[in-house]
Amino acid sequence: MSQPLLSIDNLHVRFARSEDEVYAVNGISFDVYENEALGIVGESGSGKSVTLMSSIGLLRENGKISSGTAHFQGKDLLKLKPRQLEDIRGRDIGVIFQDPMTSLNPIMRIGDQIMEAMLTHRYASRKEAFERTLQLMHEIGIPDPKSRFKNYPHEFSGGMRQRIMIAIALACEPQLLIADEPTTALDVTVQMQILALLQDLRRKRGMSVVMVTHDFGVATNFCDKIIVMYGGQIMEMARTDQFIRRTAHPYSIGLKRSIIEVGHRGKEILPIPGASKALTEEPVGCPFAARCSFATERCFQETPALRIYGEDHHIACHHAEEVARHAV
Amino acid sequence: MAGTVAAARSDALNQKIKNRHRSSWYQGWKRFKRNRLAVVGLVWVVLFFLAGIIGPWVAPYDYRVGDFLAINQGPSWQHIFGTDNVGHDMFSQILYSVRSALIIALGATLVSFVIGVILGLWAGLRGGLADVIIMRGVDFMMTLPGFLFALILVVLLGRGYWSLILAIGIPGWAGYARLIRSLVLGMRNGEMVEAATALGASQAHIARRYMLPNVVGSMAVSLAFGIPGDLAQIAGLSIFGMGLQPPIPSFGNMLAAAGDNILGFPWLLYFPAGIFAITLLAFLFVADGLQEAFSPKGGN
Repeated sequence: MSQPLLSIDNLHVRFARSEDEVYAVNGISFDVYENEALGIVGESGSGKSVTLMSSIGLLRENGKISSGTAHFQGKDLLKLKPRQLEDIRGRDIGVIFQDPMTSLNPIMRIGDQIMEAMLTHRYASRKEAFERTLQLMHEIGIPDPKSRFKNYPHEFSGGMRQRIMIAIALACEPQLLIADEPTTALDVTVQMQILALLQDLRRKRGMSVVMVTHDFGVATNFCDKIIVMYGGQIMEMARTDQFIRRTAHPYSIGLKRSIIEVGHRGKEILPIPGASKALTEEPVGCPFAARCSFATERCFQETPALRIYGEDHHIACHHAEEVARHAV
Repeated sequence: MAGTVAAARSDALNQKIKNRHRSSWYQGWKRFKRNRLAVVGLVWVVLFFLAGIIGPWVAPYDYRVGDFLAINQGPSWQHIFGTDNVGHDMFSQILYSVRSALIIALGATLVSFVIGVILGLWAGLRGGLADVIIMRGVDFMMTLPGFLFALILVVLLGRGYWSLILAIGIPGWAGYARLIRSLVLGMRNGEMVEAATALGASQAHIARRYMLPNVVGSMAVSLAFGIPGDLAQIAGLSIFGMGLQPPIPSFGNMLAAAGDNILGFPWLLYFPAGIFAITLLAFLFVADGLQEAFSPKGGN
């Protein structure tokens, strides 16, 4: 296979709190290839957003990258100066966030906000940027771009605002789009429209997407590859079809069982016992061990390495084979 | 068929949206207009400003020249607000007073505001030690009675226009600094700034294009509340004999003089005090209206 576009290797991130430290990301490695959509799934606090935000320098002030590399186009993003990162963010790597209601500048016309993305990076002249803005607005499905150019964010619905955020992120034609829970704040019907739009834009551009979500449905629908994270570590990583057919990690299986499906009235919903909590100590053993029904002594002492489980399928579990036998 | 109906509907909808698209300023103005008291207040404030600007030209009498044949007269057609103990026409005195009151109040508010904004921005954007020092300064200023501070400054600086502007303006920065800092801090960790950062915007650019425009509304509101406060302070200083030097007419001086003759010649108190009180109220109504129209919480 060719060179990966983004390659994160052994990333560790910690957050300093007033009296202790939180181990948010503990040794994450994965690659994103060109024209690939990767979905990172996990519950709140599993470190999925932090992984990506820290690699593009958007870590909160109390966060610290203690080790690891994040290579993008041959450069280690973690070693770049803030100014150099500014040049890459929004230019080569676009980002969209969860909440389109609060992410736009409320007192700037939306057309200007889309143009701004291009002007900041000197991607286009003022005139070209204006033309391109109209074209982008048309492309993301805002009717009558010329007149809506002058609208302010509060004059748009949530779905429309997320479309605008997408236009801003795509303004400079980035090779990689990071989508941090892009549909979480939206109605279900609108979610699907936004996903379809993203899928369409991605295909047309051959752009890579990393999507962070807690929604399995969204991830498996949209992505070629799925990563399941827990406690700041990768539990399972697989091609989507493999993942759906042979879900192997007890945590992934648990997540799948706890999904409520329309029309499955009789289906038993099995929540995973216990709760995930912030890791305030250097993690030892499998982070999921305390909630896992298959856990043995070994799981509490030895951190399972991410190993090959099948074709395009990796898993970090000591007992994957046994789990597979039971789960059937 | 169904397609054309849908298209027609969405066209109509777009038209509606097009007619509606207006800036948040316009929306704010619409909300402001709905507040009757604020509009009435605004009319009075505009008249007050007008009087301040053209007062000296329309005043029927010179403020320096007293008519010794008509001292301590009640309201009449010649002197609609009466005359004082040296025959000054009270109406003219009030017109002149408006100008001095406005100059000092606006100047002082501007001084407080500029100091407050600079220090507040500095504290909010820089954080760290700068923040600690500036905010302890704010605490210090807040514990001092501002009026006493102003009184001391007047004693040190003298009783001219400039010294009064500085004396009232300098102690007033703390409130503005605190407000700006809290607004900046709120935004600095907010999604909008995060999104702008993700777009590759530099810190300076974010401060200028994203933060500053978004605090203008709140700052305007706090300015509107600041002006009547400073107006009252000037009058207070004058009553203590620390305002403008007496031949220059001012509300405070008039009130102080009227106090001595309150039983014999009450109109000397009623007219200036009444107009002054109404003016303060009008400013407050306007400020209230602005707050309702532009405060983030009041939005719809």
